[in-house]
This record gives sequence, C-alpha cells and structure tokens, in this order.
Amino acid sequence: MVAIAVSHLVASTERFGSFLVDIAEGFGKAWIFLFKILLSIFKLPLRLHLLLVQLYQIGVNSSLVIALIAGFTGAVLAVQGEYTLSKFGATAFTGSAVALSLIRELGPVLTALMVIGRAGSAITAEVGIMRITEQIDALRSMAVDPIKYLMVPRFVAGLIAMPLLCAMFIVIGIGGGYVVGVGLLGLSSGTFMSQMIHAVGLTDVYSGFIKSLVFGFIFGWVSCYKGYTCGFGAVGVNKATTQSVVTASVAVLVVDYFLTSILTRVFL
Amino acid sequence: MISVVNVHKRFGSQVVLDGVSLEIEKGKTTTIVGPSGVGKSVLLKLIMGILNPEKGEVFVCGENITKAETEHERNLIRRHLGVLFQSAALFDSLTVYDNVLFPLVERGEIKCREEMHRMVEEMLYSLSLEDHALSYPEEISIGMRKRVGMARALVTKPDILLFDEPNTGLDPLVGQEVYDLIAESKEKWGFTGVVISHELPEVFQVSDTVVMLLRGNIVMQGSPEDFINTDNAEVQQFLYGRTDGPIRIQ
Repeated sequence: MVAIAVSHLVASTERFGSFLVDIAEGFGKAWIFLFKILLSIFKLPLRLHLLLVQLYQIGVNSSLVIALIAGFTGAVLAVQGEYTLSKFGATAFTGSAVALSLIRELGPVLTALMVIGRAGSAITAEVGIMRITEQIDALRSMAVDPIKYLMVPRFVAGLIAMPLLCAMFIVIGIGGGYVVGVGLLGLSSGTFMSQMIHAVGLTDVYSGFIKSLVFGFIFGWVSCYKGYTCGFGAVGVNKATTQSVVTASVAVLVVDYFLTSILTRVFL
Repeated sequence: MISVVNVHKRFGSQVVLDGVSLEIEKGKTTTIVGPSGVGKSVLLKLIMGILNPEKGEVFVCGENITKAETEHERNLIRRHLGVLFQSAALFDSLTVYDNVLFPLVERGEIKCREEMHRMVEEMLYSLSLEDHALSYPEEISIGMRKRVGMARALVTKPDILLFDEPNTGLDPLVGQEVYDLIAESKEKWGFTGVVISHELPEVFQVSDTVVMLLRGNIVMQGSPEDFINTDNAEVQQFLYGRTDGPIRIQ
C-alpha cells in the first residue's frame, strides 16, 4: 500500500518536474528565436518586397475591421462618457474623456487584440502549414535562411503596422464619438473639440505610441514563434494558432498594466 | 560523395539511428529502404544538415556538414544538394515558374536575370512543364507537382539529388512516371542520387545500391539483385510485405 502511494507520488513529481522543464525550455527557445530574428533584421539582402507584402497583409487587410471597431468603440465611449459625466454636471468633458481613453488605452489595446485575432492567427497558421508541408525544410535545403526569409518581414511589418493601425483607430474612434456625442446626444461641437484639444497632450500621444509599438513587438514575436514551432498535422496547426492568439492577447493585457504604470510615472 | 560516419540520433528516449555508417558513391543512385519510422527521413535530414546527430559525422562532397558552425557555412555545403520532398514542398504563393526560379534568385550566384529566366525556361521544357508555368501548385496534379519539385531541385545543377519517398501516395501509373523521370533526369544531368523509399521492389529500377535500415542500423547493403536473391529473413519479409516474420509491425 505504502509502495503504491510512493510510486504515485514519484510519478506525479516527475510529471510536474517535466512540466516545469517544458515551460522553461519553451521560454528559452522563444527568446533564442527572438534573438535570431533581431540579428537577422539587418542582414543582407533586405528583401523589401517581402516586407511590403506583409505590410499589406497585416496593415491594409486589417484596416476595415479596425475602422469598424474603432467607430463603434468611440460611439460607445461617447454614450457612456456622457451618461457618467452627466451625474456630475460635466458633460462638456465628454470629448476629452473619449479622446484620452482612446489615445492612452483603448486605441493601442483594442488594435492589438484585433490584429492578433485577425493577422496573428493567419501568420501562425500560414507558417505552421509551411512547417508541416516541409516548405521550411525546402527553404533550408535551398540554402535560404527561413528566419530571414519568412519571420523577419512578418515581425518588422507588425512593428510598423501596429502604430499606424492604432493611429487610425484613435482618429476614427474620436470621429465616432463626435458623431454620437454631437449629432445624437446634442453636445456642443465647439465644447467637444476644445475640451478634447485642451485635455490631450503630447505625452498622451507618446504613451499610446509606445504601447502600440510594444504590442506590435509581442504580436510579431508570438505569432511567428508559434507558427515556426508548430506541431504535426492539422491538430498541430490548430493548437499553435489557438496558443498564438491566447498567449499574445494575455501578454498584451499583462504588459499593458505594467506599461501604463511605468509610462504614467515617466510622463507625470 | 557522401560519407555518413558512425551517426547516432535520438528523439527523447527513442533511439532512431544507432551508429550508422554509409558511403554513397559519386554518380550512383543509392536507395535507403526500411519500414516506416526506422529513421530514413532522419538520415536524409542529417545529410541536408537540417538535423544534427548526437554523435558521428556526415561529409557532403568532402565537407563536414555536422561540424559547420554557422548556418552560413551549412548553406555553402547545401549548395551541392537538391531535394525532392515527399509532398514536393512547393511554395503555395508562387507560380510553377516562380517556384523553379526561386533557388536561382535566392542563391544569387547568377547575376544576370535573362540568364536565370533562360535556365528556368529550359528546365520547364525539359520536364514538359511549359504549359503549366503560370499555374499555382494547387491547380496542378500531385504528379505534376513532383515534376515541378524536380525542376526546382535540378535548376541549380546540384551534384547530389535527394529524393524523400518520391512516389508515396501516388497511383501506380503516376508512381512509374516519377521513376521514369528520375531515370531520365539522372541520364541527362548525371547527379548522384539518394532515394528514400519503402516501395519495394519498384524502387530497384532506379537503384544502383540498396541499403536497408532496421532497429537504427544497416541490416543489408548491396545491389538490387543481392536483395532479390538474399536469404536474410528480415529483408525477405520486408521485400515481399509479409506480416509474419522477424520484423515486428509497429
């Protein structure tokens, strides 16, 4: 009886140990992968045409969904802001509330989550399928570095596209807030705009920009890594894609908290 | 042309290759056969330098690919190789023409674009692919995709051509077409061939030497005739696809 209990305990400890080793190993491999990408960015040839293709895939192809989400987010913010501020007799500040929320927080975070869901999953699935159909091995057999050829354009495109999409999100979001606030809720156009211009400073814009850049970095790193290390078959691609979206989304939200804390202190 | 010296490879606790040594002669086609999961494709990836052995060395055209310290050094050795993958591994986003052009552009050895296009056109004509030049891989049959894979592997004029299960999943007619293609191409371009297969005895028609892998090592090496006439029970069982015999089906 005791022997069985001991063997169960040993087996459980082994499983737990193996689980921890797997996590540590995966974490280490992800950092090595990132290091390889960063080293490869400046290696020749630069292959700008591949970067342009990825900018189109990540940036242009995401813009419609970003615009749609941004417009409605701004509209909701205006409705909620006007309702909350009306309790304090401060509806004049609706414009600044909409703009500050979008620039400092919702613009970068929602853009990142949308891009991760749309383009990140696509990158992971595409690279994963290339992995299981031996296309990555084919590249290596032809003396072409797959990190440089496949990963670098996607990673750099993520870094460039994310701040641009975020800027678009903010502008359209403010537009949506203006249409609802001024057009439907009857707020004064002049007050909406002047309060917004008065409240928003360059430090807010810097804060949003830095966040979107960091989120672009996370997006590229996670989606490329998960695709590149994809397991076997359809199940492998399925698992990699799910893990990519979940990991990147959670990472964005966790990093957002720390970035907000740091940037608020830095720009105070 | 290729020397595999005492190579050991394992994945986790599973030993795949356990001290394999093999010499592949220049200008000859060596076929590596064995049951599924015996390590044939692993051996091919070791020759390509995509995997590294735990122990042992692999020399390609006299250069040690296992000891190459950087990817750049490995890439220089890989320039001797062309590979036809099991699924052809064509790039979905490129046309047939661009797939064949790809290795020429990426290697950058030929600077003149007209010269590269001439080489691609010649290769497409040689393999009767000219009518499919603008098709995408998804638009052509699997047999045709193998042909394109062959054209892509041959266009850089490699010294060695590796074939990873070239007719797995093909019907007998298309399978025979692939063997004919290998034989014709070898006659025309004179490469050293390494074929991975478990299609016996069909693969013998393109083989000069046959090597059988089992339990992580070579159990027999010889000409196709040696294999047909052998008394080795394991080889006999595998050759004639018998379920009863010394090889346990996994």
